Amino acid sequence: MNTIEPKGRDPSPDGAWTLVFLAWLIASASTLSALFLSQVMDIAPCVLCWYQRIFMFPLVFVLPAGLFPFDARIVRYAFPLTVAGWMIALFHVLVVAGVIPENVSPCAQGIPCKDQQIEWFGFLTIPLLSLIAFSVIGLLLLSTYFKVSK
Amino acid sequence: MKKSVQIKKGVQVKKEGAQMKKPVFIVSAVLLLLVFVLGTLLYKSEKLDQSAKMAEQNQSFLAREHAPRLGPAEAKVHLVEFFDPACGTCREFYPLVKDLMKANRDKIRLSLRYAPFHAGSDNVVRILEAARKQGKFWQTLEAVLASQPRWAPNHKAELELLWPQLGNLGLDLERVRRDMYAPEIESVITQDLADAKALNVTMTPEFFVNGRPLPSFGYEQLKKLVDDAVATAYR
Repeated sequence: MNTIEPKGRDPSPDGAWTLVFLAWLIASASTLSALFLSQVMDIAPCVLCWYQRIFMFPLVFVLPAGLFPFDARIVRYAFPLTVAGWMIALFHVLVVAGVIPENVSPCAQGIPCKDQQIEWFGFLTIPLLSLIAFSVIGLLLLSTYFKVSK
Repeated sequence: MKKSVQIKKGVQVKKEGAQMKKPVFIVSAVLLLLVFVLGTLLYKSEKLDQSAKMAEQNQSFLAREHAPRLGPAEAKVHLVEFFDPACGTCREFYPLVKDLMKANRDKIRLSLRYAPFHAGSDNVVRILEAARKQGKFWQTLEAVLASQPRWAPNHKAELELLWPQLGNLGLDLERVRRDMYAPEIESVITQDLADAKALNVTMTPEFFVNGRPLPSFGYEQLKKLVDDAVATAYR
């Protein structure tokens, strides 16, 4: 009884709140950027991009549910989404890098996942940005967990 | 007793915190959306500028004297279509383009340019150009497009299947066979393919209305581009 309750009702969750808030900021910025690329710049998302979107978009709405009022259990709900998105992003980055051949990836049809329309500074591709976003969100959620359970 | 006090305290702290946090959250959300909207507007206007600039540059590749044309030379709206006789979408667009021409009679002229991307369709272009020498370009084009499914199975142009389709046009087919490999026809194809490359035409049909490419592919987009151009030119 005593072990779960205090986690959810941390009397001074300010630090933890900020961490979840930052995670939400990154998720929102990523979501809007993805929408900008597909809806404004008309760059069609490939299959792997869609799978990453499936795990990124809900974070925008799930994370605030843990912000008002602050509820550290949000980590439990948001972390699985983050891990799943992170793994697909990693897979996508490896496909782009050529480590995983395109024919074993699920993008043989339609828009090829290997083609990169954007390459900022010569290395920053869309899947790499996605991997970075999922990584940072994951780290923020993990530090929220440890901060609260201390 | 002690516990309830603690919880009350916690609630109070939370409330004070929330008073700070909610505005931070809302302002961030609004800022994010604002950046998105401003970015969209900026991107769209930049793209419009670019397409206007592109339209001027495109003119040099679009205005070629050799292209088959339809409509009065003094028409102010110039529609250029890059097409492939073996392309199914080009076939479907042919009557639509004709309707567009009819709807804007005297205001629009059409130039046809070749983009024979399908295997073997450059030979079909040669036949069209050879028929043009006999003054039968448009009849031949219509026969070629109408019978396309019969001579281009699997998107590959097969001349043996095409010849029988051209029997009733009053064409001197012997002459067509002789003319089709003439160097001037070769140079027309080379020129059109070079222009297609310069204009970034990678799929057929591709349309340019007074130099402007379609914003995205589709008949509605083409019609709108033509209507806008006619409205601007004949205010």
